[in-house]
Amino acid sequence: MLFSLLAVIVLGGIAWLVAPNMPGFFGIILPYAAVLVFLAGFVWRIMNWAKSPVPFRIPTTGGQQRSLDFIKPARLDSPFTKAGTIGRMILEVLLFRSLFRNTKAELKDGPRMVYWSSKWLWIFALIFHYSFLIIFIRHFRLFLGVDVLPFCLEAIDKVDSMLQVGIPRFYMSDALILAGLLFLLCRRLFDYKIRYISLPGDYFPLFLLLGIAGSGVLMRYFMKGDIATVKTFIVNLVSFGPISASGLPPIFFLHLLFISTLLIYFPFSKLMHMGGVFLSPTRNLPNNSRAVHHENPWNPPKKFHTYAAYEDDFRDLMDEAGLPLEITPEEAAARAGAAKE
Amino acid sequence: MYNAKYIWPGIILFVVVFTSPFWMNMGLGKYERPAVALPLTEKYCVESREFMAAEHMQLLDYWRDVALREEKREYVATDGTSWTISLQNTCMSCHANKVEFCDKCHNANGVDPYCWDCHVEPRGNN
Repeated sequence: MLFSLLAVIVLGGIAWLVAPNMPGFFGIILPYAAVLVFLAGFVWRIMNWAKSPVPFRIPTTGGQQRSLDFIKPARLDSPFTKAGTIGRMILEVLLFRSLFRNTKAELKDGPRMVYWSSKWLWIFALIFHYSFLIIFIRHFRLFLGVDVLPFCLEAIDKVDSMLQVGIPRFYMSDALILAGLLFLLCRRLFDYKIRYISLPGDYFPLFLLLGIAGSGVLMRYFMKGDIATVKTFIVNLVSFGPISASGLPPIFFLHLLFISTLLIYFPFSKLMHMGGVFLSPTRNLPNNSRAVHHENPWNPPKKFHTYAAYEDDFRDLMDEAGLPLEITPEEAAARAGAAKE
Repeated sequence: MYNAKYIWPGIILFVVVFTSPFWMNMGLGKYERPAVALPLTEKYCVESREFMAAEHMQLLDYWRDVALREEKREYVATDGTSWTISLQNTCMSCHANKVEFCDKCHNANGVDPYCWDCHVEPRGNN
């Protein structure tokens, strides 16, 4: 935990103290490299998974599988058809259904184990992910150099800031993403069972994302730079005609370095669940193993030794022993003779 | 590779979506900072140019609050100059055209302030 926190603080220090003096590297080279590493790494990881065979049909079942006609099947929790599996995947990806089923085990009054339905992880995970999505889409207003920004960007902006608190208007997603991240962090810190299994790879992305969201919030509300200057730099960067980043405020370099770090770190970390969720064999396979044969793709080609071949090998001995034969030695000799002619 | 018919469309969709700012900006040429019409007579705003570019919205918000809620109509700038707190009479006496001044930068950066829900928007002299 401390290691991850320290790593993020060191990154922040570099961004704050060093980056403004090296705008060429931290402003231009590093972001380009980060995008490249992110895309290439992401595709490489997906390809790696796509090349891995799934030897067994292993969907997790959360309900009655399809059986006799009068037994009601759970179409989404134990999908039998392709449509059911797609429905299950959509709910998983968009609504995090398996987190909704989360339970919490607790020891109550002596040795009594109680299982609670625990929705907190689900609700805060939803809050975090959707806030992140909205913030990501909102940022497109600073990436696009077009004259008229697409309507949907304006609409998202309007809805997100509709409370009209303060100027520049306060975005709900800014508060929600911080709340979501802080919950996910506190969960690891204060639940001793989760703390025990938490690794630096769990804390680092949380601190990094807190750094990204925090520096963004600071930049928007408290340590404002001139947004037109920032956009001029960003759009030219995105149009492959980068201009010098010197003169941009340190907080911007902080934000940019954190984002670059996230992009580089992403393909090699647990954050790859973004692509991996689509390739989970426990979710994306229908539970029809009793009806459809699942071929193990890594099985070697089978070598068969049929009865006919066996009889060919031992015909004379079997005839001597008086065993019944499908083809007698006389017939076999006649066929061999016919084949020769 | 297994399930290539699902994997390839997925990978292509991912790459296209994530690189969309790059190809949406293709062929647009160099992006220039929007040029706002600066006043012809005055050279100095209420505060410095850098401060106004970054913080004008906060100054205006502060002006609104002190003028309407505390009825204070005087603002002393950091250089000691005293200004009358009024969007209509102070700001708009120089920045007389919303389309040429405010909108230029706000539209380019996707900002939509709600000043003109209450105030009459300045249209210049035409």
